[in-house]
Amino acid sequence: MSHYIPPTHETDPDPLQGRSALIKGDPSFAEITEAVARPIEMPHKRWILFFLPALALLSLLPISLGWLFWEGIGVWGNNVPIGWGWPIINFVFWVGIGHAGTLISAVLFLFRQKWRTSINRGAEAMTIFAVICALIFPGVHVGRVWAAYWLGPVPNQMEMWVNFRSPLLWDVFAVSTYFTVSSLFWYVGLIPDLATMRDRSKTTIRRMAYGFLAMGWRGSHRHWVNYESAYLLLAAMATPLVLSVHSIVSFDFAVSNLPGWHTTIFPPYFVAGAIFSGFGMVLTLMIPLRVWFKLEHIITIKHLENMAKIILLTGSIVGYAYSLEFFIAWYSGNEYEAFLFQNRAFGPYAWGYWIMMSCNVITPQFIWFKKVRTNPKALFVLSIFVNIGMWFERFVIVVSSLHHDFLPSSWDYFSPTIWDVTLFLGSFGLFFTLFLLFLRYLPLIAIAEVKSVMPRANPHFVDPDKKPASRDHHASHGEVSAKSEPEPEPEPEPEPEPEPEASKDEPEAKEEAEPEPEPEPEASKDEPEAKEDAKDASESDDTPEAEASSEDHAEDADADEDADEDEKEEEAEKLLFSPPPSDKTDAKKDGKDNG
Amino acid sequence: MPAIFPRWTNTLPVVLGLIAPILGAGAIFTVWYWFSPQYTDVGYQPAQPVPYSHKLHAGEMGMDCRYCHNTVEYAAVAAIPPTQTCMNCHDGLVRTTNPGGPYEGRIANLKKSWETGEAVEWVRVHMLPDYAYFNHSPHVAAGVGCASCHGRVDQMVVVSQDQPLSMGWCLDCHRNPKPNLRPLDQVTNMNWDTDAENYDPDRDPERKRKVNPPVHCSGCHR
Repeated sequence: MSHYIPPTHETDPDPLQGRSALIKGDPSFAEITEAVARPIEMPHKRWILFFLPALALLSLLPISLGWLFWEGIGVWGNNVPIGWGWPIINFVFWVGIGHAGTLISAVLFLFRQKWRTSINRGAEAMTIFAVICALIFPGVHVGRVWAAYWLGPVPNQMEMWVNFRSPLLWDVFAVSTYFTVSSLFWYVGLIPDLATMRDRSKTTIRRMAYGFLAMGWRGSHRHWVNYESAYLLLAAMATPLVLSVHSIVSFDFAVSNLPGWHTTIFPPYFVAGAIFSGFGMVLTLMIPLRVWFKLEHIITIKHLENMAKIILLTGSIVGYAYSLEFFIAWYSGNEYEAFLFQNRAFGPYAWGYWIMMSCNVITPQFIWFKKVRTNPKALFVLSIFVNIGMWFERFVIVVSSLHHDFLPSSWDYFSPTIWDVTLFLGSFGLFFTLFLLFLRYLPLIAIAEVKSVMPRANPHFVDPDKKPASRDHHASHGEVSAKSEPEPEPEPEPEPEPEPEASKDEPEAKEEAEPEPEPEPEASKDEPEAKEDAKDASESDDTPEAEASSEDHAEDADADEDADEDEKEEEAEKLLFSPPPSDKTDAKKDGKDNG
Repeated sequence: MPAIFPRWTNTLPVVLGLIAPILGAGAIFTVWYWFSPQYTDVGYQPAQPVPYSHKLHAGEMGMDCRYCHNTVEYAAVAAIPPTQTCMNCHDGLVRTTNPGGPYEGRIANLKKSWETGEAVEWVRVHMLPDYAYFNHSPHVAAGVGCASCHGRVDQMVVVSQDQPLSMGWCLDCHRNPKPNLRPLDQVTNMNWDTDAENYDPDRDPERKRKVNPPVHCSGCHR
């Protein structure tokens, strides 16, 4: 953000919270929208620099898949005791990464963790793309992609039916459910921001595309009521999935009868590991992005610190699980189990085991130090180690358990081939390509949600830069919009009505006519656009100034949204702050129209 | 701001919501019906190098299947007879070989094979995929009639595939074989009618063992 304002008031004016503001620099609502939406609207030269390598990596995917389908899974390093090689390792690796998104979007939402708003959009996108990468591997791991429909219960003349007693089938349902719910959740959360992008669009194609995806969102009161209940319901549906998906993935191993896999600790241990790896990947992505997109005031050190704390917690749980596995191997008195774990730590795969231990158990312990967890560079390095360690965890679990099975004559060593490696790199190519496309076309930050946790959304917020005169301005603005927006019926019209034009013009005129006491950054920035739009009001959209006028002067109204989130605040609001109902509704609508 | 899309687009989500399940069910039905051996394989009737009529030989003349397909009781494959088997009768005994007779020329390819020693290249009608193991002998020994799988060959001038030979079709009988069983001496009888005879294999003293076909994967996919 070019117009980064140094912090003026750090404390949240909310009398019930008394915490420092999540968004630094006290930007206005319009500035938030600008900071998030502007990078999407500008041509990116640097973006291409990242996109082309990602495409090059992606090209490995069809090549290695094509060769696999032509030749069969003999191209991989899988051999007789090690029937599950890299494909399953990569599947579990990607599904694990896909866990942070739902945790952030659903669980933290239900627990009213407001800091999630700055990172949830990116984390959810990461989740969906990681699950797409994961879904490739079960589909191709037998090399006969034309039989992939056997994964699902599809009626056929072979009378082939899925085996409902197999955890591999539970996996199909768990991961596809997770993918569906995550995508829905992501899309529902995107709708208000898509409408913002639509309203800011300068070209017809963008307006059509964003308009189609925004599904006619106008930000009316009823839209917001429906939106918030849909979001809450989806969060409630997604929350059990956070626990269930990776539990079921762990059943792929735990339900089988192999020492090293057949362990009851697997479900919680896998879930903790998944969250651990997911947050690792979120940090890997967000730490550079917040710098490149100049979003350091929205994704603050506080956010990074919170994520680091979750990594510390889940990393410690994972370390505990590792040591408990060893304890049980000794305590159970089962010689096969004991042999396996000795072999795992000191046998031919000891190198993999100790990479896993050092990356997953030792690395997160640095987070105890505040200097480390508030240092983005240190956290970035740490997150890379987390990613590496979690891949090696799956490698150790799959390969070291299989390579010395019950029949010593068939013991063997596993070495991957070049096609194992290219397929894995190709999946990274797919992930980065999708993520870069997301960065190019969709807002990285949940604009509407971030606004709701800002001090300005609080009903008791008083802008210290503004004199009481500006409060009068609010009132007059409210009246204007109340007059210019006749809403005789409570039913929302399915189409965008032409009336916002009328309502928009008046505040605009007012703003221009009224001499502002201080040159506000957004006012100075918006004026050239206002002139440009005045020339061509019908063609191009003039949301920025509508935003500037409506949102800047309707904080009181936007606060209602915050009240929806917190019942206590709502009650306090009822006691302390009760504007006339018509004013409130209209102002809210006005304010939300573009938010 | 003017509306980007016309009002009727509001009906799109509802329409798509209604159409999508129908399309999905339609896709499944399409594959289930039109991609199945029931549709693609039944009625397969390739042209043969010699116009041999099963209707004449097995039907009108009443020859036993095993005269030509002589390995069917002991081997996995029911043998396609060599030219020598045909020539047991056709070498001067029957009138097709008579010059100037009404059927002259019909067995030209057969005679050529007989003279040169090159086998007649019969075209296989009943084909199973390589990953499916099938053996005729236990089926014959269990009393499954030829007609159960091959249809009324005694009425076919040119042989065609009568049954789908799909996995589901195999499994239907393996799960409940009784309707397709008959007395062991009636296996090649094309006129046997299971329903009319009211045959119960469990009460047949000729049977030494109960028929218990495999339904596990490696029964056929070995």
